[in-house]
Amino acid sequence: MSVLAIETLNVTFSTEAGPLHALKDVSFTVPERRIVGIVGESGCGKSTLINAILGLLADNGRVTGGRILFEDGNDLVGLDPTAMRALRGLRISTVFQDPMGALNPVISVGRQMVNIQYRSGLSKSAKLARATEMLELVRIPDARAALRRYPHQFSGGMKQRIAIAMALMMEPALLIADEPTTALDATLEVATIELLKDLQRKIGCSVLFISHHLGVIAELCDEVVVMYAGEVVERGDVRQIFHQPKHPYTMRLLECDPARQTERTRNLPTIPGEIPDLRARPRGCVFAPRCTLAEAICAAPQVERDIGRGHRVRCVKAVSPAEAEA
Amino acid sequence: MGQVRRVLREPLGAFGLALVVLVVVMSIFAGLLTQYDPAGLSPRDRFLDPSTTHLLGTDQLGRDLFSRVLFGGRIALYVALVSTAISLAAGIVLGLIAGYGPRWLDNVMILLFDALKSFPTVMLALALVTLTGPSLTAVMVVVIIVNVPGYARIIRTQTIALKSSEFVMAAQSMGASTARILRVHILPNVIGPIVILASMDIPVVIAIEAGMSFLGLGVRPPTPSWGSILNDGFANIRETPWIAIAGGLPIIVTTLGFTFLGETLRDIFDPRLKGR
Amino acid sequence: MLAYAAKRLGLSVVIVSVAMALLFCMIYLIPGDPASVALGPRASEAMKEALRVRMGLDQPVWTQFWNFYSSAWRGDFGNEVLSGRPVIEVVLQQLPYTLALIVGGITWSVGLGIPLGCWAAVKRGSFADRVVGVLSVAVIAVPSFVVAIYALLIFAVSLRWLPAIGAGEPGHLGDQLIHLILPSLAVGLGWVGYIARMVRASMLEVLEAPHIRTARAFGLPDALVTYRYALTIAILPTVTLLGIGIGQMLSSAVFAEIVFARPGVGRLVYDAILTRNFPVVTGAVLVTTAFFVLVNLIADLVIGALDPRVRSSF
Repeated sequence: MSVLAIETLNVTFSTEAGPLHALKDVSFTVPERRIVGIVGESGCGKSTLINAILGLLADNGRVTGGRILFEDGNDLVGLDPTAMRALRGLRISTVFQDPMGALNPVISVGRQMVNIQYRSGLSKSAKLARATEMLELVRIPDARAALRRYPHQFSGGMKQRIAIAMALMMEPALLIADEPTTALDATLEVATIELLKDLQRKIGCSVLFISHHLGVIAELCDEVVVMYAGEVVERGDVRQIFHQPKHPYTMRLLECDPARQTERTRNLPTIPGEIPDLRARPRGCVFAPRCTLAEAICAAPQVERDIGRGHRVRCVKAVSPAEAEA
Repeated sequence: MGQVRRVLREPLGAFGLALVVLVVVMSIFAGLLTQYDPAGLSPRDRFLDPSTTHLLGTDQLGRDLFSRVLFGGRIALYVALVSTAISLAAGIVLGLIAGYGPRWLDNVMILLFDALKSFPTVMLALALVTLTGPSLTAVMVVVIIVNVPGYARIIRTQTIALKSSEFVMAAQSMGASTARILRVHILPNVIGPIVILASMDIPVVIAIEAGMSFLGLGVRPPTPSWGSILNDGFANIRETPWIAIAGGLPIIVTTLGFTFLGETLRDIFDPRLKGR
Repeated sequence: MLAYAAKRLGLSVVIVSVAMALLFCMIYLIPGDPASVALGPRASEAMKEALRVRMGLDQPVWTQFWNFYSSAWRGDFGNEVLSGRPVIEVVLQQLPYTLALIVGGITWSVGLGIPLGCWAAVKRGSFADRVVGVLSVAVIAVPSFVVAIYALLIFAVSLRWLPAIGAGEPGHLGDQLIHLILPSLAVGLGWVGYIARMVRASMLEVLEAPHIRTARAFGLPDALVTYRYALTIAILPTVTLLGIGIGQMLSSAVFAEIVFARPGVGRLVYDAILTRNFPVVTGAVLVTTAFFVLVNLIADLVIGALDPRVRSSF
């Protein structure tokens, strides 16, 4: 049973220079009580994906195909705004990247947490008690007093923990975490990841965790989706992706991870070339222009193939372990 | 020419330009457009309703209002152009001095600018004109006193930014004189935005002239000014409202025209100035 | 916060005293002197000379400056020429009427400007947005005394909906408010445009902010997000804008008081000019200038009190 199932999702933005195909045939699922990581460079469509799920695409963006099935087969695409809003914050919650800007600067933390519970039917004091409880859960010292304070009076790490407390307060079925640790330093990052994992187990929700930090993904996630230029190029469980990457893009991404560098080097390896212009997608493999292994066959449209035990790759050259042995 | 076309493509800009052209043309050719002397008294024709002979009617002294409106346009444009040009020149010079001069001088000048800006315009104008007696020169002096601090402050800020730029440093190291640096390297870079801002102040200047003349502190009778027509109309507003309408309409048309045109020009040439 | 307030107060005092010095310089340098003004064109040279001596205008400029300056700081702007009453008393007696006019102007400008700007921002790019944009520019452009005369003509003379002259019966609040409607519209109409434009721009900026996306992601109702989460931040600059606007409103008030025959500082100065009452003119200029600087100081402190970010950064 999956909490979220995305099926061949397509999103297009209309721009002055023509339509921009930001997401193309994106499919993956988030099973119940599992943490799924989405990894990719900036500009790969991670934020567009989140906005599409939340129904918060910019005015010029539109879902042009596919389905976003939530919980019991409820399609979020084309859901009317009222019904969508009823899900947001209640069944789907979000923690955003920037802890400095993600909380309203002129409303006290307590007020913001009470406002989020506006659909709970609780009394004001019960709402405050719930907010206090959540702040204690994310280890904010002196939680009662913290409710009266404003976001700028907390450190970055504390603000991010408050954001997590807000997101989990309504015990959602799905938590979307959009690079929640990117703005934090390394020590805080580890602590926040631990906290997130801990709370996920307590509440029993699923998590869609977006990051470009491979170490965090490997540490936290059960399954991984690799995105490139608005497409899912490879997905599978965390061991498959990290130990047997099959897509050339995933392989290069893992090579470039600074944490993996064994030699002391001044120049971190980077993938040569740039993400293609999404207004004019190549017909064939989207990574082919930057791929060192590209051949003539890569110019043909690619399909996603299952190469064993749920490990799916969008590359004609990828072979399953069985095939490789043969 | 390309810029004119860009202005014309904006409906508001085209509308503003049309109004400005209308006002300028009517003021320049005032003598050809009317047969009446704007100051010519005609006791028998007092308070005539608008008609084909007197398009806007006549005032309490029997003067033709259409003719007074046309010639009043000359006064308005003359005051606007001359005092804006002088304020601009003074503002640029003072701004360059404050921006490029020593720190203490900058601080002193900023303090003076801020103090000047803290006088309510009309109050200051009333005080000064009390001493000098009403005259167009007094009005222009007031306009200059009011405008210069703002222009000088903008020039100063830009000059300070440019002072530490690489090309100014390079010129200094090659021994260029201060006058040359200011003229060749700084002035051309700061003059664009300030000219646009000053052109946007033209309707404000026209309003000050009309306002002062309305209070009887601007032009001396019988010189026609939109403000003095408005004052005549105000005195007789219950019986002959057309005099007030005749005085107010050209002010509205002109200020709207210049403002719409100025806003469009600013958006085209320097979008950063938006909502200054 | 306290240190900041003290610093701003100090700066305000410096600005006011520099303004006083400037006013003295202008009076001294500009042709025409207060004694001749007071006596009018037909006075003999001997009479003028006598008055000059009485007003201290025959003394060296530094002595004159010091006399002017020290007495001005004590609130002593001399006495009214006709009645002999202290100028400060006369000016302060008229100030409340002008204040009422300005408060009325602010009510108009805030009451119309904030909703219009907010509406335009929410409906960005629509026809309504464009109409609000053009109207804002238009009301900014048209001078307040033209608005005053046309408002008088339309609503008081033609339609007879509202009274044309006076400040209303003393002690009768309703009557006074009715008399305030048109003059304060003339004072505030231009500021409707300024405020609508500013609120629209800052609202658009705030609506793009990450915390608004967070609020939406929590499924908060649109009205709560727009009015409580976004608008409360977007209107903060209004306070600063109004602080600056008070100066222009003081100028507009002069015209409104004359057109609608209301008492007030503007009317006082205008009458003083006609009766050659020069001390009243300087006194009123200095009082209004000090008032303007004070309002700006208050606006800065109010911003500090309203915005928790600013509050704790002091």
